[in-house]
Amino acid sequence: MDAGTLIVGASQAGLQLAVSLRDVGETGPITLIGEEPHAPYQRPPLSKAYLQGSAELEQLWLRAPEVLTGSDISLVTGERIETLELTDGGPSGSARTKSGQVLTFNRLALTVGARPRRLEAPGADLDGVTYLRTADDATVLRGLQSDAQSVVVIGGGFIGLEAAAVARAQGKSVTVVEAADRLIGRAVAPVVSEFYRAAHFRRGVEVRLDTRVTCLAGEHNRVQAVELSDGTWIPADLVIVGIGVVPRTKLARQLNLECEGGIVVDRHARTSNPTVVAAGDCTVQPHPLTGRGQVRLESVQNAISQAKTAAATLAGQSEPNNSVPWFWSDQYNLKLQIAGLSGGHDQHVVRGDIEGEAFSVLYYREGALLAVDAVNQAGDYMAVRKALTQGATIPAEAAADSSVALRELIVPQAVGA
Amino acid sequence: MPKVVFIALDGAQRVVDANVGESVMAAAVRNGIPGIIGECGGNCSCATCHVYVHDEFSASVGGANDMEDDLLDLGVADRRDTSRLSCQIKVTEDLDGLTVQIPEEQ
Repeated sequence: MDAGTLIVGASQAGLQLAVSLRDVGETGPITLIGEEPHAPYQRPPLSKAYLQGSAELEQLWLRAPEVLTGSDISLVTGERIETLELTDGGPSGSARTKSGQVLTFNRLALTVGARPRRLEAPGADLDGVTYLRTADDATVLRGLQSDAQSVVVIGGGFIGLEAAAVARAQGKSVTVVEAADRLIGRAVAPVVSEFYRAAHFRRGVEVRLDTRVTCLAGEHNRVQAVELSDGTWIPADLVIVGIGVVPRTKLARQLNLECEGGIVVDRHARTSNPTVVAAGDCTVQPHPLTGRGQVRLESVQNAISQAKTAAATLAGQSEPNNSVPWFWSDQYNLKLQIAGLSGGHDQHVVRGDIEGEAFSVLYYREGALLAVDAVNQAGDYMAVRKALTQGATIPAEAAADSSVALRELIVPQAVGA
Repeated sequence: MPKVVFIALDGAQRVVDANVGESVMAAAVRNGIPGIIGECGGNCSCATCHVYVHDEFSASVGGANDMEDDLLDLGVADRRDTSRLSCQIKVTEDLDGLTVQIPEEQ
């Protein structure tokens, strides 16, 4: 009997892999197993609409459970795989869950995701110190936030800033503490970092750069204040920690798969054991546009496109993942949309009105268009995304003229450029 | 619960129950309607939930907003007068029976 495909991790990538396997004609059993007690749901709204209270979890489901049943996809929730073994190097093998259940499989996919990096400071385990990754995290945070007065957000990345925006919109006193010298430093250029610092400041958020939290203190095991590296104490009845994630590699290591800052995969989503595929936040992969260097992409877009690639690979089709990365972040009335990857740029062009909170930044390396960060400028975002998808470009000198729509400036890449 | 009718390329109809306040895209994706992808979850960032609104509903549904307009212009294969991104259409009681056609490609 066909033991089928086991997909470990039931979030965006795992769900997509299961659905895409059916789409490409797979008829054998598919089991999707996840440790959270919920059907697969969208994570991005957890730091936005869900945190605000304007969406409930069922509205965030990626598929209704009965739709999965209808596609003959077995969803197992609330079960964690503890050990994995391959028979004679794969592709078949067996998995043991925390509750002692043994599952056999003929093919294995790892979509295990990442976990939030824990804060290491005295007092970090006090009540009121929260993280934001899962629906349960967000539910806890939503409850605590309604009673909080003073919120300290540790980490000035996307999660931290989105949570800060929600708290501030609810009238809380909010301080963002960031260890680096600018916000969202891993994802955007300094000009965009500075825009977000100023935008949060204008809305009443205190932003402390180059600053660490050295200690948290409270009474009755409940946080009341945090101490910063410059020696000042600030009151905090709620602390939100958003200092990045650590890819989950424990199961991959059990199988001796190569891991280096994530599970290493190729452009076909194959791990170092080509019979095992992996997709989503847990992976590092060749740069999808240039093929040079390894990147780890934490995004819905990547989870979906890599999962589709992984499904095609399992089905014996060869479709390298070369889709253009894109990403978004909502803070207050600011919609940031990113297309491409700006890492390694040597030039940038600003269009629009930074003060007026509607602008975009195009990034180039040696004259080649790499990416755009667009704030309330969907047209610029889409134009760059389209150009990158077509392998076309938008010359930097032309792009600087904000009076001309970017879409008018897309030109085919010169041959050999 | 208002119903939304999705018409596929081959003419096949699928009727789903939608919640008032959610988007047409959300109702489609949750119910696994083929051809409506909605990668960005309704954030007007991916242009993968394009539909053609049937004429009898086009007035009550209304036209595209500014941001949506840019995505439709640059992100969809065959834009028509009745094109909308279904993530930007909110389900209301008045839209019960809303009928949309799914385009050839997203």
